[in-house]
Amino acid sequence: MIVDLVFQLLQMTLVIMVAPLLTGVVRATKARLNRRRGPPVLQPYLDLVRLARKEAIIADSASWLFRITPYIVFASTWVATALIPTFATGLLFSWSADLIAIIALLGAGRFFLALAGLDVGTSFGGLGSSRESLFGALAEPAMIVIVFTLALVAGSTQLSTVAAFMTSSAVGLRVSLAMALVALIIVALAENGRIPVDNPSTHLELTMVHEAMILEYSGRHLAVIELAAMLKLALYISLIICVFIPWGLAIADASVADRLFGAFVFLAKLLAGGVALGVFETSIAKMRVFRVPDFVGAALMLGFLGALLLFVSRTLK
Amino acid sequence: MKGLAFDVSHLLAGGLVLLSFVQLYQNRLYALLNVYSLQAFVLALSVAWQAFVQDESHLYVTAFIAFLFKAIVVPTALHRVIVQLGIQRDVENVVGVGPTMLAGLALVALAEVVMLRIAGDADVLAREDLAFALSVVLLGLLMMVVRRNAVSMVVGFMSLENGLILAAAGAKGMPLVVEISVAFSVLVALVVIGVFLFRISETFATVDAEALDSFRDGRR
Repeated sequence: MIVDLVFQLLQMTLVIMVAPLLTGVVRATKARLNRRRGPPVLQPYLDLVRLARKEAIIADSASWLFRITPYIVFASTWVATALIPTFATGLLFSWSADLIAIIALLGAGRFFLALAGLDVGTSFGGLGSSRESLFGALAEPAMIVIVFTLALVAGSTQLSTVAAFMTSSAVGLRVSLAMALVALIIVALAENGRIPVDNPSTHLELTMVHEAMILEYSGRHLAVIELAAMLKLALYISLIICVFIPWGLAIADASVADRLFGAFVFLAKLLAGGVALGVFETSIAKMRVFRVPDFVGAALMLGFLGALLLFVSRTLK
Repeated sequence: MKGLAFDVSHLLAGGLVLLSFVQLYQNRLYALLNVYSLQAFVLALSVAWQAFVQDESHLYVTAFIAFLFKAIVVPTALHRVIVQLGIQRDVENVVGVGPTMLAGLALVALAEVVMLRIAGDADVLAREDLAFALSVVLLGLLMMVVRRNAVSMVVGFMSLENGLILAAAGAKGMPLVVEISVAFSVLVALVVIGVFLFRISETFATVDAEALDSFRDGRR
């Protein structure tokens, strides 16, 4: 029990410590591919410290909602991350909520962020909120359908069970899983505002979404929101890792050494995922905003198709 | 072995359906032809896998024909056609990608339901292949309905034929002579279609089928 608690806390600290590093790795990869030197990999940590030290300026028209939103967003994202079996299944918290609860937590974060964007009453904030809602309205159903597909394969929506099933040899070769993987990657790109959907490294551009919503934030509020965004990126990458490339994951009741080994493997996979994301973002152009619904809709379609094929092959057998 | 045989053929046939959806989504002609070529290649793999599983050597011939004609000859010919027509860089104005995708999903569901009813007591592998094949056929028909560019319609027709080959490979005891004649009739169709494409483009200065609408009765 105590060991479980220790490992759960270790997992929570690990993800939050490594999330800015992941963002730094993505940025460094992109900079190197653009033949720039770029900021050092640890720059996101320094940015967070700098922001936390600065004075937080709040617009006169802002309500209490504007002030508590950063903490709500951060808390919901962190709790959602704690539920993901990053390096070991069967952690203490993992039995309390399943994949659908993770989606709900992230959805709650999005809801409050969109409200905060509207709260101040600037045109940019409203623009960002409306676009975020548009993408969310497509990305969340897609995510739910992906969860259905996984649940049909693994027989559970519980992430620990799914990950344990994926490491076992019972899973076989399934086209539905490939579709779910592609759909999940599309959803992850859309949810994190990565390049084909939104450009994370711009301010004051007409096509931005996430940055437009948080334009009015400054100081420690901005630091908390930025950290939550980094955490969300780490969450999606570790979700993809734990479901689709779970090798090296420590199954429940593994020894302490196995779990530590699992943690190292997880870190390596996470950083490799960051490099892959950087390469992907460099090789692709940003979409027009009105093409994004098609792109995210493709994820929804893939998820549906995967679930459909799976459903049929089950009734056939 | 049984499990693996089923999984691989499920994977390949599902891949064919997925590539049909990619064709519906893709609005650039050049890329569309590449997707078609890839689909034919996956079809050849799928047929070859059926040949291996069913242990019928003549299916290897079918796979080879599918690869040679449909993955190499037909796309190359169509590439040449669109280069000569000067439309290889055109972006087709596809109306309503979302509704089209939904319609496609509905067609796949329809195909699965129909096949469950009809081929209820057939071999699992054959039934699965038939359901996917019917989906590919219906998606090819959908492609021909929703597209307006004549070249895209041709691709829809060709991908429909991919579905037929898949069905033929799944059903045991299809004679080789039928498959060869189907393959050659598709080649003949390609030649006829190629001539027609040039005629249409000469007469109307476009291969957009909307130009033909003015010759229809009752719709003004």
